[in-house]
Amino acid sequence: MSIIIKDLVHVYNPDSPFETVALSNINFKIEKGEFVGLIGHTGSGKSTLIQHLNGLLKATSGKIYINDLDISQKDVKLSEVRKKVGLVFQYPEYQLFEETVFKDVAFGPFNLGLEQKEIESRVKEALEIVGLNFEEIKDRSPFELSGGQRRRIAIAGVIAMKPEVLILDEPTAGLDPEGRDEILAQIKELHSKYKMTVILVSHSMEDIARLVNKIIVMDKGKVALIGTPREVFKKADILEKIGLGVPQITYLVRKLREKGIAIREDVLTVDEAKEEIIKLIRGKKHA
Amino acid sequence: MLRDITIGQYYPENSIIHRLDPRFKILATFVYIISLFIIDKLFAYTLVTVFLGILIILSKVPLAYILRGLKPIFIIIIITFGINIFMTKGVVIYNIGPLEITKEGLTTAVFMVLRLIYLIVGTSLLTLTTSPIQLTDGIEKLLNPFKRIGVPAHELAMMMTIALRFIPTLLEETDKIMKAQMARGADFESGNIVKRAKSLIPLLVPLFIGAFRRADDLAMAMEARCYRGGENRTRMKELRLHKRDYIASVIVIAFVVLLIFTRIQG
Repeated sequence: MSIIIKDLVHVYNPDSPFETVALSNINFKIEKGEFVGLIGHTGSGKSTLIQHLNGLLKATSGKIYINDLDISQKDVKLSEVRKKVGLVFQYPEYQLFEETVFKDVAFGPFNLGLEQKEIESRVKEALEIVGLNFEEIKDRSPFELSGGQRRRIAIAGVIAMKPEVLILDEPTAGLDPEGRDEILAQIKELHSKYKMTVILVSHSMEDIARLVNKIIVMDKGKVALIGTPREVFKKADILEKIGLGVPQITYLVRKLREKGIAIREDVLTVDEAKEEIIKLIRGKKHA
Repeated sequence: MLRDITIGQYYPENSIIHRLDPRFKILATFVYIISLFIIDKLFAYTLVTVFLGILIILSKVPLAYILRGLKPIFIIIIITFGINIFMTKGVVIYNIGPLEITKEGLTTAVFMVLRLIYLIVGTSLLTLTTSPIQLTDGIEKLLNPFKRIGVPAHELAMMMTIALRFIPTLLEETDKIMKAQMARGADFESGNIVKRAKSLIPLLVPLFIGAFRRADDLAMAMEARCYRGGENRTRMKELRLHKRDYIASVIVIAFVVLLIFTRIQG
């Protein structure tokens, strides 16, 4: 499942005083099985971009290929595209509407026209992937659950459609640290165990550095940087200029280097830093 | 799709019409609407057309933008035209099968349609050139004299302000929820009426819950800032009449007198 974006442009409210260019000349490629992090400031066009990937927004100009199928064409069956590309919006818990958790998660699979048995097994699997007990929760009303649980149910609602590409728009916004780590671990599992291509929109450089193998940085409707986390986070000055940053630990490593400690420059996670520092200290002792 | 609604939308610009006092603009719009029903002659219609044309030019709002507001009432205009042209008795000038077009019918049909269009264009000119805040301020001030007979002027204005303030928010939310459900395979566009009505449930339930949540939050936030109705409430921007408002009033009065005169003459 590869995604190719070619010269994508999107203009909101064309020919009115509120005309705004949200995306201009976007070009990139995402291969099957990649875990992509999409970062950028508020209003940089991230949300607009991801809505193009399953045909919710129509490109003003440019092409989008999903598996070699040009979805910007007129006669494309969007239901087919949406079956393959699942999209979890920001604060998805506000989209729940059914009386029971089961019915809500089943909404997507039901719309795909699946059989009752298949729907049931998918709902069960999806709820278990997001770490909820199927038997315990299936008959409860989503509105009596906690915010974190509702968030998981909403994510399960998209997972139950078994998309090949899963896009999540800030899935951890407003969650406590524990809930955040759990959800991120489950997303990682979706990528490693279930082989989904994942696109994660996030504001946390730490999470991005830890999880993804490719980063796309957006700024003012354009792609500012693209590459592996190591490549992207090396360019701290560019990231800072557009109002982003690098992981805290990368700042620490830079400070250490400024003090003359010869630690590797491209350290991205706390674990990596630990290893490197231990290596350094051991090396000193031997010397 | 929901972004196309222009009725009630404000068009930010710095024109003489935008700067006029909202109280004057509201009253003038009322007078204008009434005067539309006074006129009955071609000459009077020409006068109104010219007057409206000058106002639109002065307001600096593009004509195409104003005319876009006519789209939703297009069907009503067609029906009005059809009924008037075929149902009026008089001198027959053309036959389509059993239907007769009369000279009188044609005249009334054209006049009725013009009246409708001018009605919409005139009133949308008010909302296009007056920000919602100014509009509600104006309404509050105009209703003030009626406070003595128990009209809750401030409360009404505050309700209107809040309602107007939340229209874009709710539209945005509708758009978002619709997209989210479409991403889960919901279909809002095909099927018969029953199926379509049913397909709205996944949209309406979250929308209502969201609206109540917002209402709750807003009430709490207002109370936290000690809001307690209009009693002794002062405002940062007081409405004041300027020279231009007096001049505009004179022009409008002269215009209406002229229109009444055309009516009496005939």
